Amino acid sequence: MSAMPEPAEGVRPTPVISLRGVSRSFGAARAVQGIDLDVHAHEVVAVVGDTGAGKSTLVGLLSGALQPDEGSVLVDGAAVTLADPAAARALGIVGVFQDLALCANLDVVQNLFLGQESIRGGLLDEVVMEKEAWRVLGQLAARVPSLRVPVAALSGAQRRSVAIARALLGEPRVILLDEPTASLGLTQVAEFLTLVERLRERGHAVLITSHSLTDVQAVADRIVVLRLGRTNGEFDADRVTYEDLLAAMTGVAR
Amino acid sequence: MTGPTPVVAPAGRAGAFWQRLRTGEMGSLPIAAVLVLICLVLQALNHSFLSSDNLVNLTQQSAATGIIALGVVLTLHLGQIDLSVGAVSGLAAAVVAVGSVSLGWPLTLAVLAALAAGLVVGLLYGLVYTRLRVPSFVFTLAGLLVVGGMQLRVLGETGSVNLPFQAWLVRFCQTAFLPQAVAWVVVAVVVGIYAASRLHDRSRRIAAELAAQSLGSVLLRVGVLAVVLGAAVGYLGTNRGVGAVFALFVGLVAVVDLVLRRTRWGRFVRAVGGDVEAARRAGVPVRRVLVSVFVACSTLAALGGVVAAGRLAAANQDTGAVDVTLTAVAAAVIGGTSMYGGRGSAWSALLGILIVQSISTGLTLLNLDLSVRYGVTGIVLAVAVVIDALQRRAREA
Repeated sequence: MSAMPEPAEGVRPTPVISLRGVSRSFGAARAVQGIDLDVHAHEVVAVVGDTGAGKSTLVGLLSGALQPDEGSVLVDGAAVTLADPAAARALGIVGVFQDLALCANLDVVQNLFLGQESIRGGLLDEVVMEKEAWRVLGQLAARVPSLRVPVAALSGAQRRSVAIARALLGEPRVILLDEPTASLGLTQVAEFLTLVERLRERGHAVLITSHSLTDVQAVADRIVVLRLGRTNGEFDADRVTYEDLLAAMTGVAR
Repeated sequence: MTGPTPVVAPAGRAGAFWQRLRTGEMGSLPIAAVLVLICLVLQALNHSFLSSDNLVNLTQQSAATGIIALGVVLTLHLGQIDLSVGAVSGLAAAVVAVGSVSLGWPLTLAVLAALAAGLVVGLLYGLVYTRLRVPSFVFTLAGLLVVGGMQLRVLGETGSVNLPFQAWLVRFCQTAFLPQAVAWVVVAVVVGIYAASRLHDRSRRIAAELAAQSLGSVLLRVGVLAVVLGAAVGYLGTNRGVGAVFALFVGLVAVVDLVLRRTRWGRFVRAVGGDVEAARRAGVPVRRVLVSVFVACSTLAALGGVVAAGRLAAANQDTGAVDVTLTAVAAAVIGGTSMYGGRGSAWSALLGILIVQSISTGLTLLNLDLSVRYGVTGIVLAVAVVIDALQRRAREA
């Protein structure tokens, strides 16, 4: 990994979040097995793999939705227990899942602050919330036509921006994006990838899962290939070829 | 910047107007227009329809079922329904009458007992729904039968109990009207508070560099409110004035509207009605919200029953009969609250019941019988339901 574009210090700082020898089974099915993974600040790591390779399980383990049978999750090098998503959130880890969990009938501000509304004199303080909403969306340079239209009226990419902005409200350190480009059109994907770069610039540690190699190659620093629940190679995104990735994903010898 | 600029609405003002109308973003305004239209038609058919005497009667008659419809609006916000509101109102009426007359309780105690009965029924519904996930239209249908049976049992063998005309409840519901001076003070205070809060909000938004309404637009809204309230109070004042029980109903609507739009609980209700799973993941206490709405609905239904007993000065086996439930649900839907959950307004209870009551009163003035009234109300309800469905489709497109 020494060839990676690195800050000048030379020695890599401790990863924000790591997995060490993590396994997880569902009944007799081993979803992931002996996974090692590091994500640093200012870094985008992509996890790719065929359907059933264990990508979603991996995100579940990192976000606190699932607990490992073996191995450990480390935050800043120290082992932690992520009992549930709330515990993960308390440590600065948030996930944005495939279904964005937005209320389509509520507007952008209402969705962003759902469950953590600002209150003033016993009533909702829309002014403070709307201002904060503009700030967060501005950081993402996310373009939404209006903060006061129901989310149902937004495009897929715009909704994803809203979901990510909601994740950003708590200033998390680690952002997990599960299949973020799955339902997006071409231009929307481009818009989304710009947004991910912005997250990296802001210093977040970002993990993306995807089965679209072209999407993740455009934005990731490192690409980890999962195959049948095991790590089947880790690549520098600038150097790896499409064929290498495909081979690692499918297990075909080259 | 890459990617296309998001597009809001394609056309100019007319297109935007049509889009908002089509998706139901206009709120209660179109419904109010329909109410005005219906009133004008009925006036054209019978010139005594818009007489102040008839309008005073109409407002007084709409209060009891309107309060029940307000509860239905809340359950519809969750995408749920309570089909037993009529029966609960009947039980509450029976408790008031039997408690205060046959058992000799103080009337206030009897009223509180009736409200408590409604509260308990709502609590049971809430627990059944949150614990067992039985569809609400089924168990509230079962509740309708059980509560209706309890009503008969409470009323006893005679099946009817009269309240004395000097009881405060009867006087409050039948003969109490706001003195005209008081009514004008209320109008002034309401308009003043509305204007102050609008202007305060506007100045805060400007200070926060957010888009704010123009001063002209704020003044226009304040002016419209002042004219509507002033006209109502002035015109009703040429007859007996604003009835106390109607004022209570409108006050309740205003409070529920504020709670739905501007409190955390109201936000939670709309979130749960929109997408339960998303609300749960955002940390909304879904069960508490569901139970509280069923409780609020049944308690309002009980209050409606208490008012109905006061208006009739009696409680009998017909109080809160099935058509009360149907009228209340119809009013909520005609007033513009969506049956699919998460969309609507407390004002739809007021607008809806006024529409239903206008049709009923207007056709009675024309000497048309119950069959025509049912038919016309049913058609209006059907149109409202179709519009609700079309708006939902337009939003999803």
